[in-house]
Amino acid sequence: MQDLVPKEFKERNSLVINPVKTCQPIGAMYAALGIHGCLPHSHGSQGCCSYHRMHLTKHFREPVVASSSSFTEGASVFGGRANLETALKNIFAVYDPEVVAINTTCLSETIGDDVTSIVSGMEIPPGKTIINASTPSYVGSHVVGFANMVKAMVKQLSEKREPAQTNNKLNLIPGFVDPGDIREMKRILEAMDIDYILFPDQSDVLDTPLDGNYKMYPDGGVTIPELKDTANSKATIALGALASQPAAFELEKMHDVKAYTLKTPVGIKATDEFLMQLLKITGQEIPAEIEKERGQLVDIIADTHHQFHGKKVAIYGDPDIVISLTEFTLSMGMKPIHVLTGTPGKDFEAEINKMLKDADWESNVAAGGDLFQLHQWVKKEPVELLIGNSYGKLVAKQEDIPLVRVGFPILDRSVHSYLPKIGYKGAMLLVEKISSALLDRKDRDTDFELTEFVL
Amino acid sequence: MKNSIETKTLKAREDFIMTKGSNQQIKCDQQSLAGAVSQRACVYSGARVVLNPVKDAYHLVHGPIGCASYTWDIRGSLTSGSDIFRTSFSTDLREKDIVFGGEKKLTTIITELIENDNYQPEVIFIYSTCVVGVIGDDLKAVARRAEEKYGIRVIPVESSGFSGTKSKGYKAACEALLNLMEDFKEKSSEQQSSRTKKIGGKNVFKQQAAIMEQSNKENKANGQAEVKFSQSDTRKAKINALVKKLNHLSEIQTSSGINSYENLKQARRLIKQKQRSKTRKKLNLLGDYNLAAEGWIIKSYLQEVGIEVVAGFTGDAGIDDIRRAPTADLNIVQCAGSMKYLARRMKEEFGIPFLEISFLGLQDSLESLRRIAAQLKDPEIIENVERLIARKLPPVLAKLKVYKSYLAGKKAAIYVGGAFKAISLVKQFNQLGMKTVMVGTQNGKAADYQKLEKLTDPGTIILDDANPSELEEFMRQKGADVLVGGVKDRALAYKMGLAFFDHNHERKDPLVGFEGVINLAKELDLTINSPIWSVIGSGKNE
Repeated sequence: MQDLVPKEFKERNSLVINPVKTCQPIGAMYAALGIHGCLPHSHGSQGCCSYHRMHLTKHFREPVVASSSSFTEGASVFGGRANLETALKNIFAVYDPEVVAINTTCLSETIGDDVTSIVSGMEIPPGKTIINASTPSYVGSHVVGFANMVKAMVKQLSEKREPAQTNNKLNLIPGFVDPGDIREMKRILEAMDIDYILFPDQSDVLDTPLDGNYKMYPDGGVTIPELKDTANSKATIALGALASQPAAFELEKMHDVKAYTLKTPVGIKATDEFLMQLLKITGQEIPAEIEKERGQLVDIIADTHHQFHGKKVAIYGDPDIVISLTEFTLSMGMKPIHVLTGTPGKDFEAEINKMLKDADWESNVAAGGDLFQLHQWVKKEPVELLIGNSYGKLVAKQEDIPLVRVGFPILDRSVHSYLPKIGYKGAMLLVEKISSALLDRKDRDTDFELTEFVL
Repeated sequence: MKNSIETKTLKAREDFIMTKGSNQQIKCDQQSLAGAVSQRACVYSGARVVLNPVKDAYHLVHGPIGCASYTWDIRGSLTSGSDIFRTSFSTDLREKDIVFGGEKKLTTIITELIENDNYQPEVIFIYSTCVVGVIGDDLKAVARRAEEKYGIRVIPVESSGFSGTKSKGYKAACEALLNLMEDFKEKSSEQQSSRTKKIGGKNVFKQQAAIMEQSNKENKANGQAEVKFSQSDTRKAKINALVKKLNHLSEIQTSSGINSYENLKQARRLIKQKQRSKTRKKLNLLGDYNLAAEGWIIKSYLQEVGIEVVAGFTGDAGIDDIRRAPTADLNIVQCAGSMKYLARRMKEEFGIPFLEISFLGLQDSLESLRRIAAQLKDPEIIENVERLIARKLPPVLAKLKVYKSYLAGKKAAIYVGGAFKAISLVKQFNQLGMKTVMVGTQNGKAADYQKLEKLTDPGTIILDDANPSELEEFMRQKGADVLVGGVKDRALAYKMGLAFFDHNHERKDPLVGFEGVINLAKELDLTINSPIWSVIGSGKNE
């Protein structure tokens, strides 16, 4: 199929070829899995729910359970109220979750089901919670769906104490990242002795150990009391403008909890900013242990910077991650010459262009693009490395370029969801991956006579 | 735990679950309950998995991006030619399209596809999705206009997700395939009047010329080969050599998987060479998707005994193959769930009889080969089949004996999509000395469940459209050692500390025919007897 990718760029109005995004509901489902005891519910056809579970299972290699309103022809003519009511009754009777997080789909959005009013008219068993988010598949992307569900968590659950009293905690919204990243964030917060509420929290949900016991609702996840308490925290740090900012702003608007939006802390600079912000808000010292990690990371990059300098790289994937990766590769002396996300939005291009302003080369930047477009760019101006999700394998194989897998989804490799890409430790792992990819390629391409042990 | 049906299962679900020996009738073929954590998918998904392997067609998903994203190249169907079917084309409907209708965008996109210099679509399938069904885009009208304007085939697939179960999607795909075969009728009448219909557009003449040339070539080849085959020994020797080669090749494929393009190209060359050689009868292979080269293995058997496969539905199927499919003498149906409908319709339309067969498992493979030969009533083919079996069977039996010693007594739980898979698996497990303690399907029919009941031991749990907690409950209760299922069940089984065997789209080793029997045993041994299960802290049962 790659033979059909022409070098010359021809304006395409609407056709999407090989997407670098998917639809909102899967992001909402992933966010909902970060609530303790939560069963995500998809208000739409069965296929949606099935696909989202399958896709998440492939990325995390963990069981993902969610239910569906199982729309029929009738439901899509007369509305999905009856289906949702039956569904919720069945869910509480059979699966007994503590929380049900409902996301809509393109179908239920289009026929105009008002989920909020349906749910408010229902009798919810005592002690149980239902939240719902509107996640039309034809707006934004999976990252927007994630943001919408996180926003719904605070909008529908956060409660100010009467009388007002701070809990002295910090809210942290990690963004659309893996459990390994969330663990690393927690480690940093705990090392700094900061009391926090982190949500959504998929660690111990989608990275559980194998002990022979399957738990439909694993131990992890943010609890409902914690989500309620987010209104009383002293501040919210939202990591990733697209995935996390809407919820932080909502808390600020509703309860005057100050919101700080930062980049996903991938790389030195973004991690520095994250730590400085933690320090500013809490007044807690940055422990020597973390500072040492920074020094080690800088040492590693200094030792190996010759491997990276001037290397042309193409980066694609979800906006929050791509922005940070671009910044990080720039700081390593690499040249990110093609930067693309499938998620539409002007801010992305502005943010990347700001970073590239100092660089003297022409870069291609696009939001709302697809892999076909990236492939065309790469054909026109080749790169030495690709960084992005599994689908980039198409380009990597055809153009014979090494690929470092970072982002979502990664379907053809494992362990990624357990290891961090954020923080100094995460950056070390990224440097190791990038370095290995480049050097493996060099070794492959070097004649045997010229092959060296020391690189 | 004893009363798990009562404690963990919803009342309304009880009728969908039975225990062998309880004289209970199982309920099936129903829409899932709302709120169920069902493993089932939708109409669109059914249409997509069945139709997508048509390799040189352009598959355009008309809907929001998700439907295209989740089904992008998930089938694992191997191709010996074009691979454009593995490219994801979507109209990526946005809010304004939902409000104002998506027809305009669809029309633009079809134009973009056709007028793009690098693409030369002969056939475009347009899949309808949930939201398209609701906003009421008239796909037929858009398709018709495009056909008139460009002279290519643009075929809508009626697959709005909510309009039924996956089975309905299979039907929608079958209808689209029939639609493509309509060309055959037109073509024959056109050729008779030796006039080409003037439709205009750039591809039409090329396309028709290609088809005419193809059929000319075929006629010639058939005529010549007929004489030569019976007269020339050297040619026969050549064919034998080829068969040998092909068998060798399929062994390579089955042992290490197809991972090089050279391998593929060699296979294609051999198959082409063999096709040119004399075949006595022609048939279509329905319900095989050439996962991990399964279709090629079946084709190699058939070719060896003197049968040409005109078209595989839809593994490794080209548009021209499908168009020629009505020339076959017989349709054989492997996955009945998805393709029996097409077989029935082709019988009505073209008078082609069909035979339900299965190449999954030794017993079924042998039986199927013999039944095909008997149906074709050709003494030479019947003889060839026996010769093939005599050659292939002994080494398989010898290897199976070894695996049996590793696997006997192990308990298996099965939860798969199609009932035909479940049935053949139970048979194979019986042969390996394993016990099936639980068996369920997503889309089984009453007759399938009767068959399953007959094949299993008393006490076996049989269930329709199960959810993970039911699967977990029964696997634990019955002390299963391995679960056979799809991608979502894999993680569940592992989490329970159970082995898992992939019998779904994503499988990487062929499971059909003589090679498949060994692969199945090998993989079962690999997973059941993996050392990883012995290092899990707590016990798996109780």
